[in-house]
Amino acid sequence: MDLTLKVWRQAGPKEKGRLVTYEAKGIPEDASFLEMLDIVNSRLEAQGEEPIAFDHDCREGICGSCGCMINGRPHGPGQGITTCQLYMRKFHHGDTIVIEPFRARAFPVVKDLVVARSAFDKIIQAGGFISVNTGSAPEANTIPVPKPNAEAAMDAAACIGCGACVATCKNASAVLFVSAKISHLALLPQGEPERERRALAMVAAMDAAGFGHCSNEGECEAECPKGISLVNIARLNREHLRATVRK
Amino acid sequence: MILDAKVPDGPLEAKWDRHRDHLKLVSPANKRKYTVIVVGTGLAGASAAASLGELGYQVLSFCFQDSPRRAHSIAAQGGINAAKNYPNDGDSVYRLFYDTIKGGDFRAREANVYRLAQVSASIIDQCVAQGVPFAREYGGYLANRSFGGAQVSRTFYARGQTGQQLLLGAYSALMRQASTGRVKILPRREMLDLVVVDGVARGIVVRNLVTGGLETYVADAVCLATGGYANVFYLSTNAKGCNVTAAWRAHRRGAFFANPCYTQIHPTCIPVAGDYQSKLTLMSESLRNDGRVWVPKTPGDTRRPEQIPEAERDYFLERKYPSFGNLVPRDVASRNAKEQCDAGKGIGPGGRGVYLDFSDAIKRDGLAAIRERYGNLFDMYHEITAEDAYTVPMRIYPAPHYTMGGLWVDYNLMSNLPGLFVLGEANFSDHGANRLGASALMQGLADGYFILPYTIGDYLASAKLTALDTDHASFRDAEREVSERLSRLLAIKGKRTVDSFHRELGVMLWNQCGMARNEAGLKELLQRIPALREEFWENVTVPGSPGTLNQTLERAGRVADFLEFAELLVLDALERRESCGGHFREESQTEEGEALRDDEHFCHVAAWEFRGVGETPVLHKEPLTFTNVSLAQRSYK
Repeated sequence: MDLTLKVWRQAGPKEKGRLVTYEAKGIPEDASFLEMLDIVNSRLEAQGEEPIAFDHDCREGICGSCGCMINGRPHGPGQGITTCQLYMRKFHHGDTIVIEPFRARAFPVVKDLVVARSAFDKIIQAGGFISVNTGSAPEANTIPVPKPNAEAAMDAAACIGCGACVATCKNASAVLFVSAKISHLALLPQGEPERERRALAMVAAMDAAGFGHCSNEGECEAECPKGISLVNIARLNREHLRATVRK
Repeated sequence: MILDAKVPDGPLEAKWDRHRDHLKLVSPANKRKYTVIVVGTGLAGASAAASLGELGYQVLSFCFQDSPRRAHSIAAQGGINAAKNYPNDGDSVYRLFYDTIKGGDFRAREANVYRLAQVSASIIDQCVAQGVPFAREYGGYLANRSFGGAQVSRTFYARGQTGQQLLLGAYSALMRQASTGRVKILPRREMLDLVVVDGVARGIVVRNLVTGGLETYVADAVCLATGGYANVFYLSTNAKGCNVTAAWRAHRRGAFFANPCYTQIHPTCIPVAGDYQSKLTLMSESLRNDGRVWVPKTPGDTRRPEQIPEAERDYFLERKYPSFGNLVPRDVASRNAKEQCDAGKGIGPGGRGVYLDFSDAIKRDGLAAIRERYGNLFDMYHEITAEDAYTVPMRIYPAPHYTMGGLWVDYNLMSNLPGLFVLGEANFSDHGANRLGASALMQGLADGYFILPYTIGDYLASAKLTALDTDHASFRDAEREVSERLSRLLAIKGKRTVDSFHRELGVMLWNQCGMARNEAGLKELLQRIPALREEFWENVTVPGSPGTLNQTLERAGRVADFLEFAELLVLDALERRESCGGHFREESQTEEGEALRDDEHFCHVAAWEFRGVGETPVLHKEPLTFTNVSLAQRSYK
């Protein structure tokens, strides 16, 4: 299939960016979206031009490296997939595709489609862990966890930290990301001792990193490639309120 | 030179405990005076960096990704083995040890493997305490499933995302240490050289991938946890960024590379669809618990799978290996799939595929049960192939997945270069010639949580290290060499892309040094690889500048190293004139076509010493002695 791409090119964090048009001809429909970009990049490289920079690694939807806005949607059309899991058969011959980086104050553009998401690491550093040193763990089966809780914790823990929730939110809020980690740990007995400190510290770190407030519109849930539910945000709110009143 | 593995004396089951009792210690107050570099943040690197931080060392943690959480361990699907014997099915430390050493076709070091089995149970304890949401039974206790190469259920799992959950556990421990300041996180840095001062590893040169600038770091010890080299085949199940550069650069500085020909070709991957393809996707081995592998009995049968009656199907693994059936080890399953396709019975595009059929399991356990077990894998398969595996059998074919070879290390995980430790997939130590499923996660975390933190203390307490800074000539020289190499790559301005060289190298290796190898083919490769390398250095094109994010330059450096490394891989495969595990020499097989070892001549680790690009490396042999198991022809019949 032949496509027209309008791709955000930006040489560096402080440079001005713009949309550049590329013709992508003869793209196989069984190719993935990133393989389509590979093909376009190979052609650019063969002409001695700088290829389009984009983050990617595992190319199977789990590492969370890839992600860009494709026709205005993070990870493009389709539900429950990352950019690397998007296949060209979702598009049609002759389509124009607009490709831009995730945009948020807390995710500054590094180059082209590459953004810096280390703000997420800062949030986890604030409390997204259970304080257990190597070697001090008790025998695993001394901590039974009811299966439904374990399953719900796993649902929340499935977050890959890609940032689609932030990119799609008009307030660039990271609350779905934060709530997924809070929920994962709050649902498990192991997370209980640090429950309150964690909720307060992670929310404070999120605010400090420049993410906005929750818009309550739920776009994050709609665009999350891992189906992280809004229920987690409700749980975060409860955890935060509980921690605040007990402080 | 004599390779001393430093395996402690005493009975197998007491070696590790006794060794730990006598390792030198660094006092709590002194630990903060030591700086340790850890390169890589996968299971081995993250667990090591976090554990060292907890102990009080100053740790510098590097990764090339934008966050430590993205390392490729995250993609491991199936599970992690541990000798907990929760299902009461007869498992024990000895059995896990024996299965692993047999699975590796008796080419691993006995003492290392036993230790791995010993610490396996503590890994599960640690991960549960961190909040890893393992699958559970209704009573709230941990669930297990079975995996290839074992007749007990000892695999712990978190749906099809076990690697992700274990890595996020290690990552959270690492982030906790980062918040205390004991670990400094340095993401988007790629290690491009090891700095050796007076024969001792003392630091690294990295490229800051955002600014393009070179940076040097001094430490008292350097730990490489930089993964494997399966991407030498171009198409593999590894992440696109996985590479051999850190290990290869250490090798060029004197670290021995052991058993590079031991590569694992995983049987259950989605077959290649076209020449635009950038990677192959693994379908977890756990699928072989319920999926049945088959091909049509008649070569060239082009009917749709549902039109082929039961009597005209060949469930070849169940037929040939009745006791293990579809759960034979990976090397055996892969070779058999290739054999069927070579005989013209392959299915799908190009006849390179076999069916993995779930219809019996769905009939037996119901659609809901299968969906609960493998839902995400079936979804992934659907996205890639546009086929529904609940109604049509999956098509699978083997693909490069893991590499058992790696930098040589002794029992303390230290390479022959003092101060250089190597962990996880990057070392060679525990899997022999074939790794069993769910053992990579176990090894990565064993090395990082429970072995290195002890052994590195012994090294630091006894090494006499002088104070250094990055103005030392060795640092300046290494940085200059890296800089010159980058400039050289940018100056070629040839006609061919980096990827075109990488693909060509990959196809070459896959065809002649993949699932089956023979002398003529390997010798031919030893001619073709240097020629391709020469063309690369004359005709590659790398646009852009060094002083900025330049992903083509990153790839060019990695491919240049693969082009050197591939020659060593092939040479090792040529030198090992026996078949063992994943290394199958056509000249050495039983009448039934199984891998035939030659214990008289090849019961050793082949550790190679670098002598220059294009120069013949020197082979050092570490004999493998087995005192607790008897070497047997592996049988899974």
